[in-house]
Amino acid sequence: MFSNPDLQKLLFGRLTLDAVPLHEPILLVTFAMVGLGGIAVLGALTYFRLWGPLWRDWFTSVDHKKIGIMYIVLALVMLLRGFADALMMRAQQAMAFGPNEGYLPPHHYDQIFTAHGVIMIFFVAMPLVTGLMNFVVPLQIGARDVAFPFLNNFSFWMTVSGAVTVMASLFVGEFARTGWLAYPPLSGPAMSPGVGVDYYIWALQIAGIGTLLSGINLIATIVKMRAPGMTMMKMPVFTWTALCTNILIVAAFPILTAVLALLSLDRYVGTHFFSNDLGGNPMMYVNLVWIWGHPEVYILILPAFGVFSEIVSTFSSKRLFGYASMVYATVVITILSYLVWLHHFFTMGSGASVNSFFGITTMIISIPTGAKIFNWLFTMYKGRIRFEVPMLWTVGFMVTFVIGGMTGVLLAVPPADFVLHNSLFLIAHFHNVIIGGVLFGMLAGITYWFPKAFGFKLDDFWGKVSFWFWLTGFWVAFMPLYVLGLMGVTRRVQHFDDPSLQIWFIIAAFGAVLILCGIASFAITLVVSVLRRDQLRDTTGDPWGGRTLEWATSSPPPDYNFAFTPVIHDHDAWWDMKKRGYARPLQGFKAIHMPKNTAAGIILGVLSIVFSFAMIWYIWWLAAFSFAAIAVVAIGHTFNYNRDFYIPADEVVRTEGQRTALLAERV
Amino acid sequence: MSAASKAGHDDHGHGHADAGSHGTFKDYMTGFVLSVVLTAIPFILVMGNVLGNDRITGIVIMGFAVAQIVVHMIYFLHMNTKSEGGWTVLALIFTLTLVIITLAGSLWVMYHLNTNMMPQHMHMG
Amino acid sequence: MATHASPAMNFEPGRSPSVTIPQVDPTAFYDAKGEHHPEGSTMLGFWLYLMSDCLIFAALFATYAVVGRNYAAGPSPKDLFDLPLVALNTSMLLFSSITYGFAMLEMEKGDLSRVQIWLAVTGLFGLAFVGLELYEFHHLIHEGATPQRSAFLSAFFTLVGTHGLHVSLGIVWLVTLMAQVHKRGLVPENKRRLLCLSMFWHFLDVIWIGVFTFVYLMGVLQ
Repeated sequence: MFSNPDLQKLLFGRLTLDAVPLHEPILLVTFAMVGLGGIAVLGALTYFRLWGPLWRDWFTSVDHKKIGIMYIVLALVMLLRGFADALMMRAQQAMAFGPNEGYLPPHHYDQIFTAHGVIMIFFVAMPLVTGLMNFVVPLQIGARDVAFPFLNNFSFWMTVSGAVTVMASLFVGEFARTGWLAYPPLSGPAMSPGVGVDYYIWALQIAGIGTLLSGINLIATIVKMRAPGMTMMKMPVFTWTALCTNILIVAAFPILTAVLALLSLDRYVGTHFFSNDLGGNPMMYVNLVWIWGHPEVYILILPAFGVFSEIVSTFSSKRLFGYASMVYATVVITILSYLVWLHHFFTMGSGASVNSFFGITTMIISIPTGAKIFNWLFTMYKGRIRFEVPMLWTVGFMVTFVIGGMTGVLLAVPPADFVLHNSLFLIAHFHNVIIGGVLFGMLAGITYWFPKAFGFKLDDFWGKVSFWFWLTGFWVAFMPLYVLGLMGVTRRVQHFDDPSLQIWFIIAAFGAVLILCGIASFAITLVVSVLRRDQLRDTTGDPWGGRTLEWATSSPPPDYNFAFTPVIHDHDAWWDMKKRGYARPLQGFKAIHMPKNTAAGIILGVLSIVFSFAMIWYIWWLAAFSFAAIAVVAIGHTFNYNRDFYIPADEVVRTEGQRTALLAERV
Repeated sequence: MSAASKAGHDDHGHGHADAGSHGTFKDYMTGFVLSVVLTAIPFILVMGNVLGNDRITGIVIMGFAVAQIVVHMIYFLHMNTKSEGGWTVLALIFTLTLVIITLAGSLWVMYHLNTNMMPQHMHMG
Repeated sequence: MATHASPAMNFEPGRSPSVTIPQVDPTAFYDAKGEHHPEGSTMLGFWLYLMSDCLIFAALFATYAVVGRNYAAGPSPKDLFDLPLVALNTSMLLFSSITYGFAMLEMEKGDLSRVQIWLAVTGLFGLAFVGLELYEFHHLIHEGATPQRSAFLSAFFTLVGTHGLHVSLGIVWLVTLMAQVHKRGLVPENKRRLLCLSMFWHFLDVIWIGVFTFVYLMGVLQ
């Protein structure tokens, strides 16, 4: 393009027109669809004049409720991408036998399984969990927002920037082909000289900043901002699990930051941390990454456990059995999750003494989870159970997750793991616990708290349809993988020669289609619920007969959550209030102190995307410029001391009055 | 002014225990003098080969490092069990536990991995 | 006009409570006077951030511990480390810690100009530390002991360099705070920020204790 190649390199780094994959039909179709869809969305926003409200009420909002919803929206959008990857893999593996090479050559297939893992963990599961905790925790503890509202907004946009970076790799350049954890030496400069691993590193480092700050935010919130009378042992169980989750986040993510930084030093500067020569040790990467990786899976599951605790007690109309043991079990899991990491690499060769130690600790950590299952069952026992959609997800979880957990204990035995490591048995196990545990938990939580967030319930019928498709789809998709794993089939394989395996892959592909129906049904649930929202309206703020404080507010809550800070006397604070004759105050409202919106978060997010892109493509002038811009914006923001305002008392009076009128209508 | 409205929030921390505030001049000087001593001795021990035995010197200077870290925590960082209702100390203990697990765990695991799996170390036991 | 809504509306459909306590003061369930002011979270939040930073360093220390003896037939600590220089550097940092402490004492007294002076002195000691470290790195690289030479050197430069980077960022923060204190005085926000920087600064000195002990002193002992 340029006659002077040096000038081209200076301006564009290693970016050339070849980086746009015009020769890949699948990507062209994707690009076309995304392009058209994007234009449609942007066009609609413009036509309906929604840019102003979107910017003012959502993008620059520091309100934990808005931010929580945005996280979940991000997660659901990324679920579509991650699941598309899954469908493509299932299709490829179902057809690629013998002379049939399938439609995905290895270099493409490898990017798909890598992207699938990265997206599902970092840009679906994490945002779902973070979003739910963000929305619910301040309401459950009687607070008006989180401890650091601006930081909350910034964290969200960092996560979005990471997601955008990963998505950009589809259209410009390529993604990593290393698997979701990018082990060196494969991910090192010698064997992955392209941009793929760099996309991976920068997406995760940027998103990781957001996650870490979010962890600090929620810990400070829970420790410092509980309503008076809410001692630690009177907190809702979901808040307890949120606290432990965020402790794990703050304690684990720095390790990931460090190890990815070391990998990037190897790639950018030529250091020898994980190289094969001059003293490097690739096994150290595996060691460090799993010191992060194991706590990470507990970060994903603990909030789901919290969701289930709330749902089981609400829909059994009964106080949660064994509150104290639930808390202790959660804390024990938090601590023990740091003592099991080696079970992810039993086969790397550390020998009998090391393997035995970690095998035993892995088996021990299943015990507190078992205690939780018993507590849920005992809560249900002799309760008046209502099988609303959240409860269906919960029962589905109990069966699915327990089986998945048991396969985990099987894998915890090192000699068994020697046979099953990196087989499809492993894949089946972790999908079993992540889908059965995390995903079911998040969908249950979304269904449960949706009326609180939006003022109307989700459609019941389509919710049940979605659940049954997901439940059957999961089992049909993954039972064959257990069988295949036991037969010795390895993961991440794009073509097979043994025709006797094919039937299992076909069944699994059919299961994936059932899950697709589940996802489609969930999308339909959302659409139908919006269309039917007047019939599904929640006017009381307490549509399920809830037990915790969030159900004391209107649906949706006012910006300030509580006109007066609640005072707590017992567990299940809202249930206690209802039982003991609580009456909603109708006067005496005061002005309320609130934080202002900010554009700094989204601006820093966009600049981070530019910086990442520049670093990936070696466009050094752009990297320096965007880094300087980030510094200027960040430091400049600290010169703004005018970050709060008061909601005037009469506006509070008006808002509360509207709720009084709504409640009176019902009677 | 927003500053006035914030007055009720953080400023009333003055007078009761807050993390990181309220040392006295005496505290800082004590900490400083102790730190100087606890730094000088290890340097002298190593540079002058005073103890004659590398292993013992190593253990001794590690002990001095731990002692000086404690001095810093108490006299400069004003660590105490009361600040933030004990959460500061709890966070520190939890972090230190994880630091020890990360260091000791990595060393143990990597030692075994290196012994079993690294070619040049295989016959050096 | 009613001052409280009747309780009947707030129960779940079709289920009445098993126990009712008739005469409850309605305000027992909410803070009517608006007296509840949650204490500031900034100190705890920043401490938690420092704990996370501690874990980044733990990972770097662990890496140094594991690959730190892989000299790849290249230079080893005994060949490279200039302990008198390290002692000088250490004293620069230690002095900067005590001068920051003096700045804090002046802040408690409300003496703005003295605060600025001590902050400036702290910054100068910090710059001396970073300057000496850059000089050391430059010298090592000049001698061929580059980060690319061996895993030991990669780990050395990264661990020590990350610490130096933190100190540099601390100096940027310090200068920014001096500007903000100059502009607005010792308002509560600025005091909070000075306290956070204080924690950060002392924390970096704690990490340095680990560095000079495990990297420099132990390195020379082998």
